[in-house]
Amino acid sequence: MPITTEFEYVKPRDMDEALHVFSLYREKARALAGGTDLVVHLKENLARPEVVVDIKALEELAGFTLKGDVMHIGALVTFADLIDSPLVKAKFPLLWEASLTVASVGVRNRATVAGNICSAVPSADSAPVLAVYDAEVLTRSIRGERRVAIAEWFAGPKKTVLAPDEIVTAVEMKLPAKKHAGCYMKLSRYEGEDLAQGGIAALAFADNTYRLAVCALGPKPARCPKTEAVLNGNKLSDKLVARAKETILQEVSPISDIRSSREYRLHMTQVMLGRVLEKAVARLFGKGPKYGTENIA
Amino acid sequence: MKMHRINFSLNGEKVALDVEPSDVLLDVLRGRLGIKSPKVGCDRGDCGTCTVLLNGKTIRSCLALAVEADGTEIVTLEGAGSRKWTQKLQKKFHEKNSFQCGFCAPGVILSATELLEKNAKPTTHDIKEAIAGNLCRCTGYEPIVAAIEETAKGK
Repeated sequence: MPITTEFEYVKPRDMDEALHVFSLYREKARALAGGTDLVVHLKENLARPEVVVDIKALEELAGFTLKGDVMHIGALVTFADLIDSPLVKAKFPLLWEASLTVASVGVRNRATVAGNICSAVPSADSAPVLAVYDAEVLTRSIRGERRVAIAEWFAGPKKTVLAPDEIVTAVEMKLPAKKHAGCYMKLSRYEGEDLAQGGIAALAFADNTYRLAVCALGPKPARCPKTEAVLNGNKLSDKLVARAKETILQEVSPISDIRSSREYRLHMTQVMLGRVLEKAVARLFGKGPKYGTENIA
Repeated sequence: MKMHRINFSLNGEKVALDVEPSDVLLDVLRGRLGIKSPKVGCDRGDCGTCTVLLNGKTIRSCLALAVEADGTEIVTLEGAGSRKWTQKLQKKFHEKNSFQCGFCAPGVILSATELLEKNAKPTTHDIKEAIAGNLCRCTGYEPIVAAIEETAKGK
């Protein structure tokens, strides 16, 4: 399918040049990193930019580093980069696990974490994980830099608080100091590549506190503070999980679409909550399925 | 629109051509460079039949702009024969009659090549994961997975 929108293509060598293009063209400029969403949108006329700014030559957006307890993930870092990293697997196994569920190898070789949260589809696989780690999104424009908490980032389906003259430069997340383990569980129609019908990320801490976040179960990926409040301070028990399952229904609002009905998603939210908590806690004690293995059953 | 002169390596040969910003890599490979192994399938990154290697990694050429190829090294199935695993895989796929219509084959072979280059001892799960983005509507995948497994084991 040809792209029918006519646009200019620029590949700035330095950040100032890139930011000036965005400041000049604003909504009419689109950033291109992996292109796995943008090119689809160009083909389907969902994006009709006047200029496409290829940001792949901007060195400050490349690579990821762990400095102290803060992981800095540059905007050009792909899901394949994360999956191939022993550091990510060791320190942020939950991010590693979620990255493995994104699309397919050939897409993950190009698709970036920053792009995933900029596209901001409700089913974004990286979003629940970033949410439970309290990640921050770093943005930049000629006006300056901003740090936006991931909780504030998503404004609705396919909408973020990114200003028209800004680009995302990185995502940062802090390694929790307390002993913890996690689990990302993704419900899809078949093993292999599919968008999530629903996804839940859980972090369980040794002091019986918990963090939970969902995707594809509401208009935007989000934490589940009410459910966390029910769980916090308690060891998992059948009774506690039953209460959490009741509570989480107040925090999700799935739709019916081609991938599943609202009713099925609500039912599976409860099923998955029970399983994701159980597995996160098992991992806390060195048990449970290895990270990155099929874990939904 | 402004044309862009791009230079890249295609199957080991230097290529220079002018492209428009909106030209898609897959269409340029097929339409202007006569490279027909990457196919036009879903044209939106889901089916994997347009797979090519860009700097050694599989990508969906339907989701890349041609202009992005500037300065890169692209290998399609036509030029993959010199890679360590490709011909071994092809022989095994042939032996096991792994493909019927063959439309998915170039993508599957390149994905399997990439897998074995990174991981010469893949588990069955690794193999399924590596080709999960390459849809085959003929075979049910079993003879494909078996061929990759046997190639890796040197059977």
